[in-house]
Formats: sequence, C-alpha cells, structure tokens
Amino acid sequence: MRNKLVEFRNVSFRYGEEQPWVLKNCSFEIYENEAIAIIGHNGSGKSTIAKLMNGLLFPQEGQIIINGRNVTHDSIWEIRQDVGMVFQNPDNQFVGTTVQDDVAFGMENRGIPRDEMVKRMNETLSAVGMQEYRLTEPHKLSGGQKQRVAIASVLAIFPQVLILDEATAMLDPRGRTEIMKTVASVQEERHLSLITITHNLQEVVQAERVIVMNQGEIWDEATPREIFAKRTELREIGLDIPFVAALSDELRKTGLPVANEVLNHEELLEELWISRSTM
Amino acid sequence: MNNTLIIGQYVPGESLLHRLDPRTKITIIFFFVFIVFLANSVLSYSVLTIFALGSMLATRIPVHYILKGLTPVWFLIVFTFILHLVVTNEGDVLIDIFGFSIYSGALIQGFAISMRFFLLILVTSLLTLTTTPIEITDAIEDMLHPLKKVRFPVHELALMMSISLRFIPTLMQETEKISKAQASRGVDFRTGPIKERIKAVVPLLVPLFVSAFKRAEELAMAMEARGYQGGEGRTKLRELKFELRDFLIFVVFITVVTALFFTRHY
Repeated sequence: MRNKLVEFRNVSFRYGEEQPWVLKNCSFEIYENEAIAIIGHNGSGKSTIAKLMNGLLFPQEGQIIINGRNVTHDSIWEIRQDVGMVFQNPDNQFVGTTVQDDVAFGMENRGIPRDEMVKRMNETLSAVGMQEYRLTEPHKLSGGQKQRVAIASVLAIFPQVLILDEATAMLDPRGRTEIMKTVASVQEERHLSLITITHNLQEVVQAERVIVMNQGEIWDEATPREIFAKRTELREIGLDIPFVAALSDELRKTGLPVANEVLNHEELLEELWISRSTM
Repeated sequence: MNNTLIIGQYVPGESLLHRLDPRTKITIIFFFVFIVFLANSVLSYSVLTIFALGSMLATRIPVHYILKGLTPVWFLIVFTFILHLVVTNEGDVLIDIFGFSIYSGALIQGFAISMRFFLLILVTSLLTLTTTPIEITDAIEDMLHPLKKVRFPVHELALMMSISLRFIPTLMQETEKISKAQASRGVDFRTGPIKERIKAVVPLLVPLFVSAFKRAEELAMAMEARGYQGGEGRTKLRELKFELRDFLIFVVFITVVTALFFTRHY
C-alpha cells in the first residue's frame, strides 16, 4: 500500500463571502509516486486546487492534509517544502537574474548552506538538461527552457509532490513536448507524486489516474482510457477530446474495427495493423 | 528583439578591475570623489590623472569605447571650461577681444575644474563598465548591512533592485510588442506634433502598467510558493570575497592619496 500524500476532505472554497463557490465539497486522495492529472475547462476550479495544496489559499470548509499535516497558516512553510509548484507563465515565476540565481532562490529562502546549494543546483540543472545555461539571463531563454529552469528550482528543495499548474499552456508544441519529457524522466528518477493540471486532454495520457473537474465539482475520477471513452460527455463539459481519439471515432464510422480505446498514435497504429492482418 | 541588450553599460571581461570585489571598487570611488577636490597643483592633478588613466587601461576595454561612452559628458566639460573663461576675472589679461578679456586665472581655473569633472566621470564610469548591476546590488546590500540595526530594510531594497534588473529586458520586450500591436491598430508614434505624439504614448503605457501589475502579483505568488518569507535566515548563492588583489588595490589607492597630499603645494 502506497503512502497517502495529499488528501482533500470535503473541501469547499470561494474567493469572498458574496462570491460563488469555486470548489464544492471536493474529496480525493493522491498517493506517493503517483502521476495524477486534473483536467477541466477554464473556471472549473482546477487551479484553485493547486493553490490550496500549498497554502497559497485556504479552504472555507473541509480539510486538506499534506503528508500527514493539516494545511494551516502555521504549517505552510513545511508544506511548501513538500509541495513544489510550477506555474503557467514562464516569465512571471523567474525570480533570479540568471538561471543559477533562480534555481538558488528557493534554496536561499530555506537557508541551505552554499556548498550544498551548488551541489543541488548542478544536479537539478542537469536533470532538466539546462546545465550549460547556468549563467544565462532569462530573456535569452525560450519559454520551454524557462519552464525547465522552474522545474529545476522546485526539484532543488526535494519536494514530494510536484504540481504543474498549466505549466505548458503558454508554450509552443515543441516546448510542450520538452517539458512533458523532462517531467516524465524526473518523476522516474525522484519518485515524486506528479499532479498535472491542464485543460489539454493530450497531456493526461501519461497519468495513472485522471480527476475531471466541472464547475467546482469532481465530475469523474478514472484512468485516462476510461475517461477517453466518455467523449460525448467530455464535449458537453467543454473539453476537447484528443486528435487520436477523434480520429479513431471517424475510422470506426467508416467501418474499420478499432476495438480498444486508444491513447496515442502508436496504439492506434497497432490497432489498425492487427485488424488488417487478421482480416 | 534586442537580445544583446546590456543593462547599464557593463562590458564583460576578465581584467583585474573586473575581478575586484565590487565593494572595493565602490569604496575607492567613494573616496576618489572627495579627494578629487583636494587637488590644487599641476603635480597633484597629474597624480590623479595617472591613477585614473591607469585604472582605465587596467580594464582592458578599448579606450575609444570608454571615451565614446563619455560623449554626452564632453559637452558639459567644454561648457564648464568656457563658462570659467568668461566669468573668472583673476590674473593677467591674456587676450582682449571686443571688450571681452580672458584672464590667465580663468584659463587655469577652467582647466582645473574641467579636469576634475573629467576625472570624476571617467572613474565612476569604470565601475559600471566592469561590474554587473547584480554585483553592485550585492555590494550595496552588504555595505548597508549595518543599517539593519536601525530597521532600514536593506534586504528588501536589494531584492527590489535585483528584481527590477531582472524585469527590465522583459518589460522592454513587452513595450516593443505593445507598440507594434498599437501601431497595427493605427496609433502613430513617430509623426505629428509633439502634443499628439505624447498622447500616443498613453495607449502604450496603460497596457504596459496593467501587465506589469499582473506580473508582480504572479511573481509574488510564485515567490511565496517557493518559500520566500523575507530576509530572515536566508543564505546566499552569490558570495562576495575580499582577495589579496583587493588588499593590493587599497594599498595602491592609499599611496595615491598620500602622494596627492605631498604634491598639493607644488
């Protein structure tokens, strides 16, 4: 049995007394070394979940427990040690004047001695493949590179949970692949729980479990394959199904037997190839 | 997009002056500004000039580049000189043109004042030429440290400076983007009477400010998420270290000051 790292117990949240509830009575659990995706359309409450997880916001009702600790005003600094977060805008989370200063920022905040800092900086920068850019200034980096630096600076404080809050939303397709690859290798290496928050269904493919948010409520919680099977319902709550799923639908309409729910190009290819050869 | 943008006028290099501790450079320049006013003889000016030119050569930055950097100041230096020629009435009359007399005292005075001016500007510009803005920030933070006792927010000030430095290029790129976007919507920044052109800046500044505030808010959140809770208990990656060369430079400087005092009356 894996350790429970994140637990939401009947959490409700709104930004003010008069405001509508952004989250309504949400409960879920995330375990160690697990890859989770949280998807939903804009305003479904998915980013609020991320901010609640490391004490940037506090719920009005319910409890959030991170690694055995209740999220309160007193525990946020320990919680932020366990929960690292990468935000959407690559520019607005880059604090340092150079790559190495930015990676050091989180460590400096925690009073880590300089020797240790340099050691961890080298480790994490090479983990995201940015070591040669140590002295580069942020305006000379691409969006994808900046996000990799952001991941490195989060990793440098050894979190147990890594949250990507729409971290690829502002990147071009190449930057997006770059980040997804980096994250996958990092998760493999560091055994983190990974929480990907996105509205892009393509990105949930790597996840073990998907939580679908709709209007502040958990609409569904299942594996990516099961989620993809509900394409009409997904469209109804404003989510676009990935190209491969749409393509396999169309192929099925033309009479080709695409039996299983496919997640990516390789699987679709496999399906088609097998169906041809058995005909 | 201007990717080669240099903030300030820092010229990267490996010279002795580049490698000096920024605190050494700031301290020496601080005192230099005072001692320049002590010079009052040909010999004492020579001592200061040799020091200034020597430092300039030690930067290994091409001399014409440094002097080009002083272009806007040349005008002031020449202006000071001319002003003194006209205003001062000491010494013997050298030339008399249409009732305007130029006195020998004026020539000397004008020369001395412009020289002071030139030396001051030259030496202070060597600081920004050989020191990155972030090094200067670190040095200032370190040197203002004693003020913490009187609750002066030294760390916050330094952080503000370094964040401003980090965002200058970002905001410049943004300005460029907005001005292109507004130009494509028909805003004319380049032609028309001054009044119209000033008005045209408004649609540039408003979006820029809006986005700067949004950035600030997001940055604050990102900093908090990364455990920022003020200057207390922070360690630093960038370290300032006094080395032997800093000590030697101080010795050189003290020698210069001593020489200055001995040559004052010659």
